[in-house]
This record gives sequence, C-alpha cells and structure tokens, in this order.
Amino acid sequence: MFRLAPLILRNIFRHRRRSLLTLASTAVSLSVLGLLIALFQGFFFAPASSPQEALRLISRHKVSLTNVLPASHEARIAAIDGVVSVSPYSWFGGVYKNDKPENFFARFAVDPEELRKVYVDYKAPDEQWKAFTRNRTGAAIARKLADKLNIKIGDRVNISGDIYPVNLELKIEMIYDAPPNNDAVLFHVKYLTELRKAAGEADADTVGTFAILARSADDVPRIGRAVDALFDNSPSPTRTESEREFALSFLAFLGNVKLYLAVICAAVTFTILLVSANTVAMSVRERTREIAILRTLGYSPMEILQTVIGESVLISVVGGAVAIAFTLGLTTLGSSALGPFGDTIKFTPQVVLAVGVTAALIGVLAAIVPAVLASRRNIVESLRYAG
Amino acid sequence: MGVPLRYNLRNLVERKGTTLMTALGIGLTVAVLITSIAMKRGIDSVFAGSGNSEQAIVLRTGTDSELNSTVKEENYQIVRRLPGIAKDASGEPLVSPEAMTVVNLPSVENPNGMNVSVRGLLPIGLKLRESAKLVSGRWNDPGKREVVVGEGIASRYPAARVGGSIQFGRGSWDVVGEFVNGSSSSNSEIWADLNQLRGDFEQQGGSNSLLVRLESVAAVQTFTEAVKNDQRLGSAAIPEKVYYANLTKSSTGVVLQSIGFLVAVVMAIGAGFAAANTMYAAVARRSSEIGTLRALGFSRASILKSFVLESVALALLGGVVGALLAAPLNNLSAGIGNFQTFSETAFKFQIDAVAISGGLIFAALIGLVGGFLPAWSASRKGIVAAMREG
Repeated sequence: MFRLAPLILRNIFRHRRRSLLTLASTAVSLSVLGLLIALFQGFFFAPASSPQEALRLISRHKVSLTNVLPASHEARIAAIDGVVSVSPYSWFGGVYKNDKPENFFARFAVDPEELRKVYVDYKAPDEQWKAFTRNRTGAAIARKLADKLNIKIGDRVNISGDIYPVNLELKIEMIYDAPPNNDAVLFHVKYLTELRKAAGEADADTVGTFAILARSADDVPRIGRAVDALFDNSPSPTRTESEREFALSFLAFLGNVKLYLAVICAAVTFTILLVSANTVAMSVRERTREIAILRTLGYSPMEILQTVIGESVLISVVGGAVAIAFTLGLTTLGSSALGPFGDTIKFTPQVVLAVGVTAALIGVLAAIVPAVLASRRNIVESLRYAG
Repeated sequence: MGVPLRYNLRNLVERKGTTLMTALGIGLTVAVLITSIAMKRGIDSVFAGSGNSEQAIVLRTGTDSELNSTVKEENYQIVRRLPGIAKDASGEPLVSPEAMTVVNLPSVENPNGMNVSVRGLLPIGLKLRESAKLVSGRWNDPGKREVVVGEGIASRYPAARVGGSIQFGRGSWDVVGEFVNGSSSSNSEIWADLNQLRGDFEQQGGSNSLLVRLESVAAVQTFTEAVKNDQRLGSAAIPEKVYYANLTKSSTGVVLQSIGFLVAVVMAIGAGFAAANTMYAAVARRSSEIGTLRALGFSRASILKSFVLESVALALLGGVVGALLAAPLNNLSAGIGNFQTFSETAFKFQIDAVAISGGLIFAALIGLVGGFLPAWSASRKGIVAAMREG
C-alpha cells in the first residue's frame, strides 16, 4: 500500500483544483454534520452535569407546568422512604430590566435551607448560604450569570412578574458555582407566597415544581412511582421524573427532534457521498488509458483498486480534518447564539470521532464502485478509449 | 449570436451519470430548503389566520399570555359598558369572557401525552367566532360536560373524536362535535362551557381573558387606550392580531426552522463546489469543441453565457429533483409546542408555489455561482490551444 503512496499523491496534486473543490465541498458539508451531531449529543446523550444529577427527581403537576401544586405536597413527599430532602423549585418567569434576550435567565422560588441539601453541587461559602437563608428577600445567583450581568453581592435586583401578579425586590446574598445548565437566580418561596397573598390571590400557597434528592440512584425510579401514586386520586396529581427525563420532556415539546435531526443528517451524508463518488468517477474515466498502461506495466487490479480508493479516502479524511476545525467554530457560534441553553452544543471528542469516521467511510464508499470498475476494465479496450 | 441552448442540454444528456449525480446532490440540498420553507409557511399561516382585526383581547396588566391572566367578574361588567363595542342583534355587547387551561392528552406519537389548550366559552363566544363551522356533530350544551374539538385535535388524538370522551379536570367530558375555523390556531383547541370548566379547576367567577368585538378596526385603538387609562381594571387590551403574532415568535417551530435554513445554506456551499467540479470536468472534456465554436465565430461572451446556462440548467434539474423529494411532505400535519401557552399547535407543511419557486431560485443560484468560474475559464481559452487539447 505504501509503495502506492507516491502515485496516489501525484494523482491528487495533478488535478489541484478538482481535489481542492472536492475537499472544500466535503469539509463544508461535514462541518454542518458535525454541528448536528453536537446538537444531537447535547440533546440526547449529554453526560450527567454532576454525580448528584442522577440522585434528583423533579415532581410537577401531571397536566402541565402551568398547573400548580399545593405547598402541602412537600411534607408528604418528604415522608416517602428513600427521600433525603425536598425543596420547592418554582419557575417565576418575569422580566429583568427589559425583555431583551441577554436579560433573560431562569428565576426560581426555593426554600434555601432545603435547597442546600438537595443541590449539594451548588457550591458557595458557608456564610453566604447563611446570609441567603436568613434574609427573606435575599437571592442567590449562579457565578456565570453574575459575571455576565455584572451583579455583585449586595446588589439589588428587581424582577417584575408576568406569571404572578407581583414584583420582586431582591438583594443578592450569595453567588454559587453550579454544574452546567443550572444558571439561575434563586429566592425564597416564602417571600413569593407573601407577595401573592398581599396581591389578593386566592390560592397563593402553591408551588410549580419540587426538587427531590433520593438516598441512592437505585431509589430514584421507586420514589418517582411512590410520589405519583400518593397523589394519583387527589385534585392535584403529579408527574415525577428524574432530572434528566424532566429536561428531555422539554425537548419533546419541540416536536420529534430526534427524527428531524436524523433525517437531515442522512440527507447531508448522502449528498457528500454523491459529490465524492461523482468526482472519483470523473477522475477514473479521464484516466482510463493511463490505468490500462499501468496494468500493462504489471500493476495488478488490486493495486489499481487501492490507488483509486486511497486517493478518495485521503481527500475525504483531509476534508474531515478541515471540517473538524469548522465544526469547532460552528459549535462555538451556536453555543453563544443559544444563550442560557448554550451548554447544549458542545465540541466533544465524540463529535471529532464521528466526523472523522464518517469522512473515512465516505472516502471508501464513494470510490468503491468506480474503483472496482476501473480495475476490471479490459486493457486493450481501455487503451483504445478516446476519453 | 449565442450558442444554442440545445447544445448544452444535449451535453447534459450525453453525460447522464455525472449529470444525475450532481443534480441529485443539489436536489437533496434543495429538498432541505423547501421543507424548511414549507414548515415556516405552515406555521405562519396558522398564526396569520388567527385573530380578527376588529377584535381585542383583554388580559391582566403585565402578562402576555391568556394562561397567566385573570379578569375579575366586576371588571367584565366595566368593560362591557366601554364605548365602541359592537352589539349583537339583541343589543348584547359582543364581549366574551373566556377561560384557558392546558390539559394532557396521549397521542399516537407520544404515549406520555402532549399538552392541548382547552378554552372555556359562553354561547356569546361563538358569535365572536362566526368563521368556526361544525364539521360533524353539534355544538356543546352549556349545561353539560360536553366539548367540541378543533379538526387539528381530532386528527391527532384518537380519543378526542366525536362520540368519544376525554379525561381532564374532575372527570370525563363527552366529545359532541368537531369544528374547523379557517387555518387558525383554534383548530388546535378544545372548547368547553366556561362555567363547567372554571368549576373543574376550582376557579369561581371571573375569567382568564375577555375577547371584545369593536365597531370598526379604528375603534380597536380607542378601546385599548380606554382600558389602559381605566385605573379600576388593572388590565391591558391587545389587538387580537398582535396577540397571535407574538405567539408565533415564541413557538418552538422557530428553532427547527432555523436549523433547517442553516443546514440548507451550508449544504448549498458544498453543492456549489460540486457543481463547479462537474462543470470544470465538462469544460476540460470539451476543450476542442470550445475551440471549434470559437473558430466558427462564437464570441467569448457567448461561450461564457453558454456554459453558465448549462450549469444553471443542471442545477435546475437538481431543483426539480429536490421539489419531487420534498413533495410527499405536502399537507403533512405536525405539531409544534409553544412556550407561551405550554400547549401544542397543529400545522401543515405547505409545499406550495412559494416553497417550490424558493427552492428553484436557490438551485439556480447554486448553478450560477458554481458554474461561473468554469465558464469563465472556458471563455478564456485560446482557439488553437483549445483545439489541440483533449
């Protein structure tokens, strides 16, 4: 095979423009494939953001997130065997400053004392936890978010409500380090309930979702079933899922994303395959006589096959390498475009591997038919071929 | 004088294999684009078809979604007396108090259930929706636990068909009718009696929103001002059209569309390179022919034009292939979620003249850009050198 390497390289460099165009076409298309693979991975195969993620469950109203649960569910969930602790974790919505996308971030009403037990992976100094717990109008903010919005300890943050008819006036007491996709501002659920009662809401003592910490990962499915069974016949039935399943249920909301991405990936791959196969076929056809001469010089059909496939694979793989560099750029762009959900698109070794393997496979598959045909062609007839 | 187009078309036929492969590559790219346009047009038509320009919707100040809004009974009475409101035959102001809630229905694709909007209406609500027509069955009886379903619901949820019953709130509701309301998003709603529905969700009196018919389009502006300036209400009125336009923006379909357009554009760059490759090969193969054409007196410009046209013809063939590939999706019904209403809205892919011509123009552009440089190099060839080559 290595004996043929100089011949393969010469063939590639003989038609520089064609090789470059094929390479560019492969690289551009493969990079979009890389982006889609990164997205697919972020959606469906994201690694656990922290070891604790596997221990947590989220319980919400069976119908939808817009239906709320009575706060009294908390004590009943906490009594279930295997539950270590429970905290309300209610989506507040609202508007910070204005409705520009950069000012959009998650705001949750929580019980700080319980939250600290459920989210052991939220790291902050002990005195900050205590200050946050003590101050009813206190709030905690994730470090990444604090840096982005330029918010410091002691700052006042006002958020006007849209889901709830109340406005929050918060003081930042804690800045915490959180695993990916956990950037939020957290505040006391008690404060929210107080405001809602003052605003005259009839059923102010309600919670959107509960976060539950299980004793062990093995307990998670059983606890989920136990919680749902507990409230099955009550006016407020629940749906309790692991944190991962809960996140995926949002995705189901986008429609059949899995199928959509898979179909587009298939279309992209097939297009690259067609383009590459076409180029190989053109090259081989032009070299019909040349190949016949090589055969008369004693090259075996196997060696001809190898030169053609080698050339195609080499162009594809170099295209793949360029594509990987493009993918890095695209994923960085895509990630910043997604803002708070930016962690969904990540450039990982798996993406590199997937693009690389696809490139190599395309190189082989594109060349196989023209290569076999070229190696089998009758020598005398080929020599007569006018081109 | 130009080189006859037949010369180019015959050449494309002559190189069948290469032509088909290049066209198929461009075709797949175009298919992705056409699908994205069809999806966008389907979603847009749902929301553009929703809302009446003579109507406004009254919500609690600070919210832009019916779900989070509440309007008290006494405010309903105040709004009814505001000026400029249209009246029905019996002199009743056309103000419809409405409830909105989300329920979970299992579907074929999603056994865990998808969220669907249920709207609670009084009989007057139908007077503000004259365009809603029964497809089968009858309208619901306000005194009973009965619902009518939009056609988008009936086609996607097996249980929610006339004669069936669905479970939500405090129990079972009979489906007694199916309606269609133009292409609007109400086709993805279930309608029930306002009081029955509010009772099920323990909300006594009042409503989520008020839908108001004004005497004219101009009166809508005056009405929204009047609501805003009435300190007693704590409500805001939004023109119904504006309300639905905002819903389009927060629909999750926008995410998938954007992915589709991005992929189509990047694939087009790849397909453009491929078209260039094919055309360079064509130019190289036909070197002596080009020399002959030049010797016959065809100008460099006509050679350039001829090869560009050949490339565009090749790409247009790809465009047609793309349209054929995308065609089976026409009218396919799909659902998109909406983070504003937390429910699903059905839409249909619209592979219409706009989507197809968009795809063909896109294909022609790929051909034009990909074919220009090869055609340029063909037109620059010297006559003698060209005839000697190949």
